[in-house]
Amino acid sequence: MDNLTWTGSLGTILNPALVVAAGLFAIAVVLQILASLVVEPYRAQTLPDGRLSRRGGVTGLIERAPQYLLWALILIVLGYLVGGVVAPYGKAGIVGAVSKQLTPVWIALVATYAVSIRYKRRLGLYGKLFDSTVGMIGFGIVMFWVYTAFFSSVGGMIATHDPLSQVSGLKNKLPGTAVPNATDFAMGAHYLLGGDNLARDVFSRMVLGSWEVVKIAPLATMFAFMVGITLGVPAGYYGGKLDTVLSFLANLILAFPVILLFYLLVTPEIVMTGIPSYMAAVLFVFPVLFAMVFLNARFRTDPKKRNVILGVVVGAMVWAYLSLISQPGTVMAFLPAALDLFNIPPGILVVFVSVVFVNSPTVFRIVRGLTLDLSTRDYVAAAQTRGEGPWYIMLWEILPNARGPLIVDFCLRIGYTTILLGTLGFFGLGLPPESPDWGSTINEGRKLLSIYPHPALPPALALLSLVLGLNLLADGLREESLRD
Amino acid sequence: MGLFVLRRFGVMILTALCLTFVVFVLTNLEPNLEKLAKTQGNARMSDEQVQTWLSNRGYDRADFVKYGEWLGVLPGYVIEGADGETRSRCLRPGVDPEAAPRFCGILQGDWGFSTVFKEDVSKIVLTRLSQTGKLMGWVMLVMVPSALIIGVLAGMREGSRLDRSLSTVSIVTTATPEYVSGVIFITVFASSAVGLKWFNGSATSAMEDITFLNFTLPVLTVALYGMGYIARMTRASMTEVMTAQYIRTARLKGVSFRNIVLKHALRNALIAPFTVIMLQFPWLLNGVVIVETLFNFKGFGWTLVQAAGNNDIEMLLGVSVVSVFVVLTTQLISDIGYVFLNPRIRIS
Repeated sequence: MDNLTWTGSLGTILNPALVVAAGLFAIAVVLQILASLVVEPYRAQTLPDGRLSRRGGVTGLIERAPQYLLWALILIVLGYLVGGVVAPYGKAGIVGAVSKQLTPVWIALVATYAVSIRYKRRLGLYGKLFDSTVGMIGFGIVMFWVYTAFFSSVGGMIATHDPLSQVSGLKNKLPGTAVPNATDFAMGAHYLLGGDNLARDVFSRMVLGSWEVVKIAPLATMFAFMVGITLGVPAGYYGGKLDTVLSFLANLILAFPVILLFYLLVTPEIVMTGIPSYMAAVLFVFPVLFAMVFLNARFRTDPKKRNVILGVVVGAMVWAYLSLISQPGTVMAFLPAALDLFNIPPGILVVFVSVVFVNSPTVFRIVRGLTLDLSTRDYVAAAQTRGEGPWYIMLWEILPNARGPLIVDFCLRIGYTTILLGTLGFFGLGLPPESPDWGSTINEGRKLLSIYPHPALPPALALLSLVLGLNLLADGLREESLRD
Repeated sequence: MGLFVLRRFGVMILTALCLTFVVFVLTNLEPNLEKLAKTQGNARMSDEQVQTWLSNRGYDRADFVKYGEWLGVLPGYVIEGADGETRSRCLRPGVDPEAAPRFCGILQGDWGFSTVFKEDVSKIVLTRLSQTGKLMGWVMLVMVPSALIIGVLAGMREGSRLDRSLSTVSIVTTATPEYVSGVIFITVFASSAVGLKWFNGSATSAMEDITFLNFTLPVLTVALYGMGYIARMTRASMTEVMTAQYIRTARLKGVSFRNIVLKHALRNALIAPFTVIMLQFPWLLNGVVIVETLFNFKGFGWTLVQAAGNNDIEMLLGVSVVSVFVVLTTQLISDIGYVFLNPRIRIS
């Protein structure tokens, strides 16, 4: 069986075009930046017939050229991807084959965008995201990885090989190497992005690694937000001793170098002592507390309704909480197996807990600052005059008004959590060494980096793109939430 | 001002005490001590042997007592072990037992003895810190000016093409953690397979002799991640200043754009980034750990990883004291610096 080249027969037309377009684009961008230092910015005039004027001549061309070339570049890249999906396996090279594997993701992305843009006026802040280019690009990248994670792990699609199976003869082989005993020219006949040091498929590991991130990062960030909000709002609203003590504790955790903290917390020895279970028991209680106070403050005036809502919601949450922290074989094993809804492997629990622990002080500080600012507003004074309770004011008057910055920070913080998870993997902490998550894969690949860079590069670029997507998404959201 | 500094100093010492105690408790947990015994003694020790090894060296006593000894407020232990050998906390190899002091803690200037490196902690911390200091110094030299230039250029005309391209660059760098940029840099610039082979992929030789070849990649890797953040802060502060009343006045007076930026806006726009740069130090510490591991540069971060991996208690405590000191001092400097730089606060 033949090995795949990068672009196959599709490349004979598209490769020269790509090189030319990319070269011209680079030149055009440099020219544009240089020109913007010299030339005064142009102010568009409205012409009598209602159209806008634009700058002509060489300067105008310099200003617009990068835009056109960018479109050309995007078209060429789309050509590779669409060509890969349409052409039979192997005809469009590695890029085409990868694109073909990702077909479900492309379909889901197109569907999401079509629906969202169609109904964007009815979708609130989410819909407004589709008014900003930056936000749309960021959202696209994030959703790309979310769909990839979902389809590859739950759907069992995208990945071409098992992430743990080793194929002899493919150790450290270059991208596009054919699997020795494959017979037909179809999916799984090649290691699309090469083999790693243990002869496992780099592409499948990268794709499945996204699931590790998508599984942990948003959830951990959400828990950190729950902890930060539940403690930060009262600290900012009441001030005084409570604030002093909580702020001191937050600063204490923040003064720890993150990596030292990880090295102390995320070790098999610490897991043995059961400290992560205790920490989980403390940290995970905050969402329950939050929901309880939140609902109680709202429905306090109508005890009957409150009792029903509180009973259902908090009952379900307490059950989830108990089955979350109860773990057979650890210090916290009190729930009978029949009632235990799910179990988290201790290796993942310790990672989860320490990431929440590291993130929550920062969230606390942000929420506290916002509350300090918002509690001087008139609507808070009005609520106080009306005789509302302090918790109602905190959770139903102040918190909704702080949502803009909090949503933006939430996106940024998921990105930061992704980086933290990668850091843990990079130092080989927490997750098992054969786990396909990006940090561990980078850690494994870096040992032979100067000879075989291909196992480490895909997870590194994947992590970079996901975090970049989240940052762009946060930027878009900030732009749109500032607009109104 | 004096009172403010004094109070901050008090909080700093309290924080340092709490933090070191937390580190102390975590490193002195049962399984960690067992690991220590097995790495220091031998890996096949039975449980009883581990117990005697630990009690011979005073590890099995209460945490508070041990912590007091480390601080130097309690006298160091002198234990006649089960094997008949007398061990003392304050005794170093090759020193006469009679001459050993009674107290030997951090208050007496004794940072303890590293079980991994077999040397005084203070000595190791000093040599390793000087190595990392070199790295940090170069990182600052690269990072701060370039971040400020990018931020000011982007912020002087908000929404312009230049602003958008530079903002994109800074978003990309903030999204690139050190282990990603390091891997990319090594692949592109140092890999023997596909790369350009311009630089060395390892910085081990930089410990004796820093050259352009062996130090560029580590410095760039650390600098890049912090740069985007500082640049974005600078940009935000610059755009804010550029919309201020006095800038409009200057513009209406007919001052040229270059003079507005350089003489009127720049100084005020640089107040906020100053605090950000100062608060960036603790983050640099993280980056340094990653980069030193990746490029095999045996500095402070590398020491931290070694000490933590082997549960070297006193080394870890030394490392945490230093890092807490760095974090809190930079916070203090940023607060004081903010007061000095901002004329509105300084005069009132």
